[in-house]
Amino acid sequence: MTSGAASPRAAARARGYLRAVGAVVWKDLAAELRSRELLSGMLVFALLVILIFNFALELDLATRQTVTSGVLWVTFAFAGTLGLNRSMAVERDRGCLDGLLLAPVDRSALYFGKALGNLAFMLIVEAIVLPAYSILYSVNLFHPGLVGVVLLGSIGYAAVGTLLASMAVQARTRDVLLPILLFPVVLPVLISAVKATNAVLLGLEAAELWPWLNLLIAYDVIFTSAAFMLFDFVVEE
Amino acid sequence: MQPIPRTLRVLTWVSAALFAVALLMTLFYAPREAVMGDVQRVFYFHVASGWVGALAFLVAAVAGVIYLLRGSRRWDAVGLASVEIGLAFTLANLISGSVWARPIWNTWWTWDPRLVTASVMELVYIAYLLLRQGIEDPDRRARFGAVYAIIGFLSVPLTFLSIRIFRTIHPVVVGNNDPTAQGTFDMSPPMLQTFLFSLFVFTLLYIVLLWHRVRMQALAEAVEQRKMKLLSA
Repeated sequence: MTSGAASPRAAARARGYLRAVGAVVWKDLAAELRSRELLSGMLVFALLVILIFNFALELDLATRQTVTSGVLWVTFAFAGTLGLNRSMAVERDRGCLDGLLLAPVDRSALYFGKALGNLAFMLIVEAIVLPAYSILYSVNLFHPGLVGVVLLGSIGYAAVGTLLASMAVQARTRDVLLPILLFPVVLPVLISAVKATNAVLLGLEAAELWPWLNLLIAYDVIFTSAAFMLFDFVVEE
Repeated sequence: MQPIPRTLRVLTWVSAALFAVALLMTLFYAPREAVMGDVQRVFYFHVASGWVGALAFLVAAVAGVIYLLRGSRRWDAVGLASVEIGLAFTLANLISGSVWARPIWNTWWTWDPRLVTASVMELVYIAYLLLRQGIEDPDRRARFGAVYAIIGFLSVPLTFLSIRIFRTIHPVVVGNNDPTAQGTFDMSPPMLQTFLFSLFVFTLLYIVLLWHRVRMQALAEAVEQRKMKLLSA
């Protein structure tokens, strides 16, 4: 009786949970669609960073081959902090977070919703920056493998970034704090993403690529589950 | 005000005396290394302080978990104290390593996995202190500190792994050895004795410092409470 009744109830609960996650993501995307504050800021910033790299590194043909992956990931990381800060600050400033916390859903659903929203923004920016870089520097970035690497790297970045950003916005020194908290912790993601991107772009063998992909996957799994468990303590009031 | 517990007072003097013995052992008892000369003597304190640094950060992460589960402020004090001590010892580890590397590797610094991991670890826990500094509410400060201590400690092995995939030149004196490492040596029995003794003394020193620091934190909180009471009266 109980086991028979438990599974539909569990299924209903899972559906409700997914609906809550979806609602948070949808809220973020809809708000962004109307204001376009965050994406336009991240995009312009990302293009500026690439422009600055051009002069700082003198990206001639020979250098381009070796530094492309580094330039790309530094750009994503910088634009990412901008987006993370903004997406959490909005919740904080207008008391939206309190409203979200009052909703009768599991707190971790809020975390996954925010993290997926942040991931979506990062992916949109990357989807525009990659072709732009490709055209500006005539480097061919259209590789199916690159999509996987970018996706894995962005997942790890957004998973930790969302947790740390929700702590940073509650501190006095919020804007300064996020990169300081995030960069040393997210370093493994950046290193392996840069190395994997390099392996894909230079067409190295799979044996050169897999250690980095494995590391990225391990990082994504470990930090998504850690953030999932710890998020409750960060928003607890 | 409570007096310093008897055990702590005894331990403080014992650890000071043992530290002096360890210093004398590294300088006089341990033999001069044949190839590297006297600069090798830095090894005993270098490894011991690196060990204490890692141990301290592990303790901080464990204290963070216990704080989040139990919510007792005492564990927050342990976490903070451990991070502060860990920072000091990791810094000692980095500096003593640099002093050794200058004549042996012919450079103060190289981007080797252990060196990078140690310095990233230092940065993670400096960020920990900055995070705490930015938050006024003591409960929230303790909670965020615990969360960051756990996240930071989880990332350290992955950082090490990610840089390890490049080749390392750092010697591995304990355990098996990589033939490409530069500056390795085999330990003779007096060297091994000095090394193990330094490890023991540094661990004891860590425990004593931790105890003092936790006690200090409790006193600071008591003072804070009295101040509040006075101001509200």
